[in-house]
Amino acid sequence: MTPALEVIGPGPHTTVQDLGRFGFQDVGVPPAGPLDRISLTLANALVGNPPNTPALELLLQGPTLKVMAESVRIALVGCGAGIEIRSGNARTVPAGRSVRLVRDEIFRIGALGDSVCAYLAIEGGAEVPLILGSASTYVRGVIGGLHGRRLRQHDTVSLRLSGVAMRKERALSRPLDLAFDQQIRVVPGPQADYFTAEALQTFFSSDYTVSPQADRMGYRLAGPMLAHAKGYDIVSDGIVTGAIQVPGSGLPIVLMVDHQTIGGYPKIATVISADIPIVGRRRPGRRIRFIAVDVREAERLRSEQEAALRQGCENLVAV
Amino acid sequence: MNVRFLPAGDTAVLVEFGERVGRGVSERVLRLRARVHAANLAGVVETVPTIRSLLVHYDPLATNSASVTGALEKLLDTSRSETQPVKLWRIPACYAAGHAPDLAEVAQRTGMSAADVVRLHSTTRYHVYMIGFVPGFPYMGDLPAPLSLPRRADPRVRVPAGSIAIATTMTAVYPLESPGGWHLIGATPIRLFDLRWASPALISPGDAVQFEPIAADEFDAIRAAVAADAYQVPCEMLAA
Repeated sequence: MTPALEVIGPGPHTTVQDLGRFGFQDVGVPPAGPLDRISLTLANALVGNPPNTPALELLLQGPTLKVMAESVRIALVGCGAGIEIRSGNARTVPAGRSVRLVRDEIFRIGALGDSVCAYLAIEGGAEVPLILGSASTYVRGVIGGLHGRRLRQHDTVSLRLSGVAMRKERALSRPLDLAFDQQIRVVPGPQADYFTAEALQTFFSSDYTVSPQADRMGYRLAGPMLAHAKGYDIVSDGIVTGAIQVPGSGLPIVLMVDHQTIGGYPKIATVISADIPIVGRRRPGRRIRFIAVDVREAERLRSEQEAALRQGCENLVAV
Repeated sequence: MNVRFLPAGDTAVLVEFGERVGRGVSERVLRLRARVHAANLAGVVETVPTIRSLLVHYDPLATNSASVTGALEKLLDTSRSETQPVKLWRIPACYAAGHAPDLAEVAQRTGMSAADVVRLHSTTRYHVYMIGFVPGFPYMGDLPAPLSLPRRADPRVRVPAGSIAIATTMTAVYPLESPGGWHLIGATPIRLFDLRWASPALISPGDAVQFEPIAADEFDAIRAAVAADAYQVPCEMLAA
């Protein structure tokens, strides 16, 4: 029998994601991948996986799963919730540490709490076909993951390993800082000149909140409206993850990993790559405040973050 | 020359060739793209051409904006004027009733007969400007001026895959069922996007497309052949 996790309850939006699908944006296929690349990488490290191993992304609330393999090792990162193990020796394992479960054990991850997304990594990874080089699920295009869609009840998520060795479990050396209060750093442009001086002033001095219409394609924000100086219909340009476009409504949308590859609204600024995971975690209702940096500073911040992430993956502690 | 380098965060550089658009601008975008691919620049992940610009995505851990911009400036040097042969796709197109829900309305709004709309649409050779909106959706132009209409006031929630559509100065084919606001004047039985292909989109930016009218029974026959993987879309190379 193929080793698997059986889906008892799917959670509202659970998908398979690796680090994303690159090289096909010129034919309209977005990168997909995780909203929070840092948590995915740490979860994979806790179970001994390379960063690009396919794991489960949970939004708002986690699934209930049953172990259909001799044994599995799993770890959850990105939220305050824990893994509730419901059968046999019932217990809760907090986020940020690995645990080994055996056949027929059932576990559940409830409401994620403060964070909108979290990652459940499995030692060896989920076994799904690579589509255009990636396991990531792009639901709108029905591409990747498990049949190109979110998990449903009675699905089975195949696993690459049928069993895992007993060993000391591992934990993060310190809890991941989810940075809910951090200002979000952006590089102004590419179309900052499409906005009035007042709009730019408003953008950088106001509190926005993540609206309920936020999904993997984009986080719509609520807050003060931004006035266009030159109209809001531009000829289409390519789009990067983190681009902040402002349509006719005057309210900004931060484009996230399932973004359209081209688009025709002016983009006032772009969230720096180091802060994409930090935006990614913010659930509807959370505050966002933007601050401008230049590209060189953005590149420095990303390198620094990457070094810290590498260190976080290397300095796991045995528990 | 009027080329602008615009910042797109720390993972991409946008090269904008002017706010006015047209074939000439598109050809410059695509020429730069071909050079970027040939140069195999370190850290460049992929490029996305549009009607007026090229977005060059890079890995900020492997290179940086200044290096990418410098390399792109060198590639923009126009002293070399290489030309590439162009692929011409002949796409079977059925304009018969049942495949063309908006043809009568387009004829009425443009003051032409349906037959004239079909003749104009199918005797024009189109340039593929860009692909996007949904995976594999080609924006092709330019539509003959008499066929130019704004988008529909009431977009459809579901446009069937294969629908041939027009709006503003462009024509397109919907590769997958999706929402859409363009006028549907025909349908093709071929597949434009298939994840089993190494390159999942049939048509690339820079290709040429011409629609070849077919009758409803031919549509059915080609669709059956496509389903059996026994149909190849006619394609020829045009000298540069």
